[in-house]
Amino acid sequence: MTKIILILFIITLLYFAIANRLMTYVKILALQGILLFGIAFIELIEINIVNLVLILLETVVVKAIAIPVFLRYIIRKNEITREAEPFLPNSVSLIIVTVIIVATFIISNAVNSFHIPKIYFVSALSALFCGLYFIISRRKIITHVICYVIIENGVFILSFAMGNEMPLLVNLGVLLDVFVSVFLLGIFINKVGDVASDIDVSQLSSLKD
Amino acid sequence: MILLYIAGALSISVLMFLNRNRNTGRILIAVFILLQWLFTVYTLLNRNVSQFSFFFSDALSIITLLVLSIISVPALLHSYDYIYGEHDNPRTRGLYYGAMMVLIMALTAAYLSSHIAVTWIFVEITTLSASALIFHRRKAGSIEATWKYIFVCSVSLTLVFIGIIFLSIALGNVNETNLQYTRLIEVAPKLDVFWLKLSFLFIFTGYTAKIGLVPMFTAGIDAKDKAPTPCAALFSSVLLNVGFVGIFRFYTIVAHTSVHSWANLIIITAAFLSIFVATVYMFRLKNIKRMLAYSSIEHMGILMIGLAAGGIGYYAAILHLVLHSFAKSSMFLQIGHMYKTYNSKEINDIGNYYHYNTAGGVLLIFSFIAITAVPPSGLFVSELYIFKSLLTGGYLYILIPLLILLTMIIWAMGSGIFKMLFVPVGEEKTANTEPVNNLEMMLQYLLLAVVFYLGLNPPAGFVALINEAVSVLTI
Repeated sequence: MTKIILILFIITLLYFAIANRLMTYVKILALQGILLFGIAFIELIEINIVNLVLILLETVVVKAIAIPVFLRYIIRKNEITREAEPFLPNSVSLIIVTVIIVATFIISNAVNSFHIPKIYFVSALSALFCGLYFIISRRKIITHVICYVIIENGVFILSFAMGNEMPLLVNLGVLLDVFVSVFLLGIFINKVGDVASDIDVSQLSSLKD
Repeated sequence: MILLYIAGALSISVLMFLNRNRNTGRILIAVFILLQWLFTVYTLLNRNVSQFSFFFSDALSIITLLVLSIISVPALLHSYDYIYGEHDNPRTRGLYYGAMMVLIMALTAAYLSSHIAVTWIFVEITTLSASALIFHRRKAGSIEATWKYIFVCSVSLTLVFIGIIFLSIALGNVNETNLQYTRLIEVAPKLDVFWLKLSFLFIFTGYTAKIGLVPMFTAGIDAKDKAPTPCAALFSSVLLNVGFVGIFRFYTIVAHTSVHSWANLIIITAAFLSIFVATVYMFRLKNIKRMLAYSSIEHMGILMIGLAAGGIGYYAAILHLVLHSFAKSSMFLQIGHMYKTYNSKEINDIGNYYHYNTAGGVLLIFSFIAITAVPPSGLFVSELYIFKSLLTGGYLYILIPLLILLTMIIWAMGSGIFKMLFVPVGEEKTANTEPVNNLEMMLQYLLLAVVFYLGLNPPAGFVALINEAVSVLTI
């Protein structure tokens, strides 16, 4: 069952590569939150019940609801154009993401570790590298935040793989989430959004040597 | 005690944030300084004691904590003049001081933490509070710097987190779930080599955003440029130290395994590239704050090379860290006065500073001597030790290009600083010549005096502390 969910997670990355609108990105994030909830529910059954409930609540409330709603609010409020405006055409993105996923499969086969199931390693690493690639290839700053959340979801999956032995790591992942929320809150409260979230990265290049 | 301290510091900063009254604000700052020093003295008296099982007052944490507590006093006092002198509104003032207190608290806790995850948490808090400080001016430049800083640091800290997960996978062989540093050092030889290497790569790369080395150094440069100078003084000294502490703690684990020499190679490569990048930019820069920020990168590169070279390099690295913190913070605080005088950071707009502010000019000359490690300076001693460790370690091929690069840096910095001091600007600009605060000048001189004193005549207790801090590497 976890394998199916993780494969779905990898498919969301492929979908992200060809999606065109910001709202689609936000919906993908919400979907990933639900998928993470599913994995946590199945995998972390051994840990302390209070901790498990906390993690499950966090995945649903923060990842699947709060962050997407918040992002949507920022997009609406700042009237950000709904196109994502990637630097590269979507077909190229799709090819690159596919290459990344295949490469992580090959790497994970070469690694040969007994301590961590391969599928976790593959999905986490592909999320990390795809997230970094999306950050490079997208123009808007708000998409950078979205891609950062994708990277973080990947890390969260990796922490699940060790979750039963070390629940502490999963809790740290939760903290990372709180960190992102604060960071979004900062954008919202301080109205950086008015200045920074609508403009694209090319306008953030006055500081250089 | 540490919990009391954290709770106290947090509540003072919340009060500061809510406070709108000037005098109450002054009292709160005084109370915070008192609390910080009380805690420092308490930690000094209770050495090698575990507090709340996640914090341990070992030698390295005591050294860095002392440096932090000393530098935080002039930083807070300078901010005082900076903020109140410019008639900022009470809200931004509260936010500024609150964020600075949280930053100092998080740094203290990160130095003392004895658990790899706790260090990570507090380093993350430093990112949040530091970005509030960078954002202080609320201009286009500071927004850009804040955005870059928060983004690069968050991605880097995510990398550190991945490194911690890999470390826990490496622990799979020994059935150990405790991530305390002391415990990790004990089981180090039994760790899975492949995962340990991967973990080292991720953690090192992640913390380079804090310490300011290649590859993640860029964010720190913009932050130091755009943050108010008292904050820049903190960023370029104690905030770099937290990155060093993060790397050093993990390095002590690696030093007890078979990947030690491999890790040294990684560190030397990154450190040497950092010095190279710093040299290249030094020649192009026209902004004094950015120049000093790159100089920090150069010094961090030097001390990491010392750490990787081993032998006396271990001792020299920590000595260099301490001395650099004092010298660089004093210099940054003086640049604050300079900025007030000319209202510009561009080297081309500044000239004849010696004429306007003689005391400040003399301080700049001395701090230039200190920071470029010209003989009477303490940094000369530590750099000499590092060169010696490179020679004895058989790194001649690093040492020679390193010396050439350092000479070029002295030239680049010297031409900038002496131009600002003595060469008049073409058309006489209207310089603001109101006299500077004597207390502030005295504090800067004191910081600088510490550099010379500790380098030339280090007290026995200080030497013993450093030796104790590096002894974990060799046992």
